[in-house]
Amino acid sequence: MPLLEVKDIHARVVNADKSILQGLSLSINPGEVHAIMGPNGSGKSTLANVLAGRPDYELTSGEIRLAGEDISALLPEERAVRGLFLAFQYPAEIPGVRPWQFLKASVDAIAEYRGEKKLGVREFTKVFEQAVKEVAINPELSKRSLNEGFSGGEKKRNEMLQMKILQPRLCVMDETDSGLDIDALKTVAAIVNGMRSPERSFLIVTHYQRILEHVTPDFVHILVGGRIVKSGNSQLARELEKTGYERFIKVAAGA
Amino acid sequence: MTTLTRARTGPFAADYAALKAAAWLTPARERAWERLQEAASPSERRGNERWKYTDVRPLTSVPYRLAHAGALPGLAEVKKIAPWDDAWTTLTFVDGHFAPALSTEPTGRVAAGRLATATASVQSLLEARLAKVQAIDEEYFTLLNTAFLSDGAYVHVPDNAVEERAVHLLFIASPATSPRVAHPRTLVIAGKNSQSKFVESYVSLADSDQHFSNAVTEFFLDDGAQVEHYRILAENEKSHHIGNTRVHHMANSRFNSISFAIGPAIGRNDHHALIDGPGAETNLSGLYMTTNGQHMDNNISVNHEKPHGTSRQYYKGILAGKSRAVFSGIVVVKPGADKTFADQKDLNLLLSPGAEVDTKPSLEIFADDVKCFHGATAGHVDLDTLYYMRSRGIGLEAATQMLIRGFAAEVVERIKLPALARYVEGVTEKMLPEFRLEVPK
Ligand SMILES: Nc1ncnc2c1ncn2[C@@H]1O[C@H](COP(=O)(O)OP(=O)(O)OP(=O)(O)O)[C@@H](O)[C@H]1O
Ligand SMILES: [Mg+2]
Repeated sequence: MPLLEVKDIHARVVNADKSILQGLSLSINPGEVHAIMGPNGSGKSTLANVLAGRPDYELTSGEIRLAGEDISALLPEERAVRGLFLAFQYPAEIPGVRPWQFLKASVDAIAEYRGEKKLGVREFTKVFEQAVKEVAINPELSKRSLNEGFSGGEKKRNEMLQMKILQPRLCVMDETDSGLDIDALKTVAAIVNGMRSPERSFLIVTHYQRILEHVTPDFVHILVGGRIVKSGNSQLARELEKTGYERFIKVAAGA
Repeated sequence: MTTLTRARTGPFAADYAALKAAAWLTPARERAWERLQEAASPSERRGNERWKYTDVRPLTSVPYRLAHAGALPGLAEVKKIAPWDDAWTTLTFVDGHFAPALSTEPTGRVAAGRLATATASVQSLLEARLAKVQAIDEEYFTLLNTAFLSDGAYVHVPDNAVEERAVHLLFIASPATSPRVAHPRTLVIAGKNSQSKFVESYVSLADSDQHFSNAVTEFFLDDGAQVEHYRILAENEKSHHIGNTRVHHMANSRFNSISFAIGPAIGRNDHHALIDGPGAETNLSGLYMTTNGQHMDNNISVNHEKPHGTSRQYYKGILAGKSRAVFSGIVVVKPGADKTFADQKDLNLLLSPGAEVDTKPSLEIFADDVKCFHGATAGHVDLDTLYYMRSRGIGLEAATQMLIRGFAAEVVERIKLPALARYVEGVTEKMLPEFRLEVPK
């Protein structure tokens, strides 16, 4: 059974006329890494957010299944506790809430859903501090409010910190690699590679071949006009680097 | 005509006439009663800037009668509803009447006690300051308080005394079967270069009876005195509370204050500071939380009359339901008060489309070389932020509460007394279910 199955979805901004996603299908098996590439405005972030359940979007047709369960009508928090994680392109700033406190609440919510015992403060602190080291986040940041005054790269690292601690089944990463310096990019790649397992899958939205040099995807999809117009293996990403999207845009327009 | 204004001659006058007070307080009482006849009524709001955003008629129309001494609550009961620390010196008043069983003797160098039983030597010290701080005899509610002045608390911190032990002035409203009023009164004299800490709290024993607390607290800070002050307003949701704090600053004195207000149907935090000596500093911060149909009015003013003064106002409001809040912050820098620094901020978090805040920080500057800043914001909960939190498995309610705690934290974290911080956190937690997010459709 696929871990994620997206069947012919159409999605739009709530109450808007025009659909952004127009008949998109995608199937990801456990253990696979998929990359999604596509021009600006083609619907990549919309797809990522529709998967995560952002209330601004509505699914007008099609369905989304996570490990066989139809999650199309579930709230964002209900999807998250089931193991779906979105690393945001633009993570929100949360005044007065420290990263530790935020993640503890998150870990507790997941434990509660699973009917597991919550981690004690000391146990969780250990997990947290270990992850802070591995993600190479400046420990000073965890004393501040979450994401407040973090640099672009620091925000991205913080998303990886959360992904690492929450251990989701499906990791959707929306341009985590954009705006990262070389060291940070390598850290992100190392985290993804370290988390790869036969049960866990990744959907990586990116504009650049660069990250895919470090994290070899099983599949690469090209998203144009709210639809996947071409799928292939990692070779496709390399070709794109040379040819650009033009020919796919023509295909999409002709279809 | 409202009951209170009529009451100058009606039932209120009967309470006034019947009141027995210590002889030394009588001149001040009589003077206040006289002046009350001419004072502008707060319910007549036309052209009355001080009451522009608050309609007190729901308060003035209630036939409030003076509360008489009744049965006292037990200490265990008090600890459940009020901040408490055995290490503090606590003076407790129930419905305006001193409760020795709920009070502790002062230790160290601080003198504290009841106004009614002050010795002759203390009296002469207090008389020089009582009802003397800043225009206290021009305002309706402060005059009303003085007119009914029969007891209250005094604290005298001698020159150079450094007192770690906080003094707690606790005012409890006991359950009432008919609407009752108390006029809590406190006078603090902080001597030259002294250091002291105060907690002033107002709580109700019953959840749903109606009472009115008309409180006045005066602080006189002599040269170099440093005072740490907390004001807790946690009376019940049917109650009315007018709280007046007046602070008189002499040279190089410093007053750091945090107010925390939840509870009353109509609440007023009326705080005036007078910078009457060079180099004095006043730092005022506060958190107010309102829900349902509550109304909370913060009227904060600082008069800089001498140079090199510093004043900071930092207030935060969290509003839910159909509640309303007011922040009128005024800084006046008088001619000659050169090199004044003043900063005013009022930030509000609105949880519902029905909640409203009037926030008006303002500056009037008549001196040279001053640095003054002011700012105010009122914003609804950010939906992108909520979504981000929910995408991590934190449900809508828990996420909203986390945002509220985060917003409040900046003020709450400034509380330096651990027992008080625990109390405020506990009260806030208990209130959170009443602070629901309502998203406009
Ligand atoms: N909430 C919204 N309101 C209005 N338009 C929206 C909204 N979300 C997405 N869109 C529109 O849908 C289209 C797809 O946007 P999306 O953010 O998904 O693109 P993208 O592929 O992620 O682009 P980029 O590479 O620039 O990140 C764009 O035209 C965008 O303006
Ligand atoms: Mg995008």
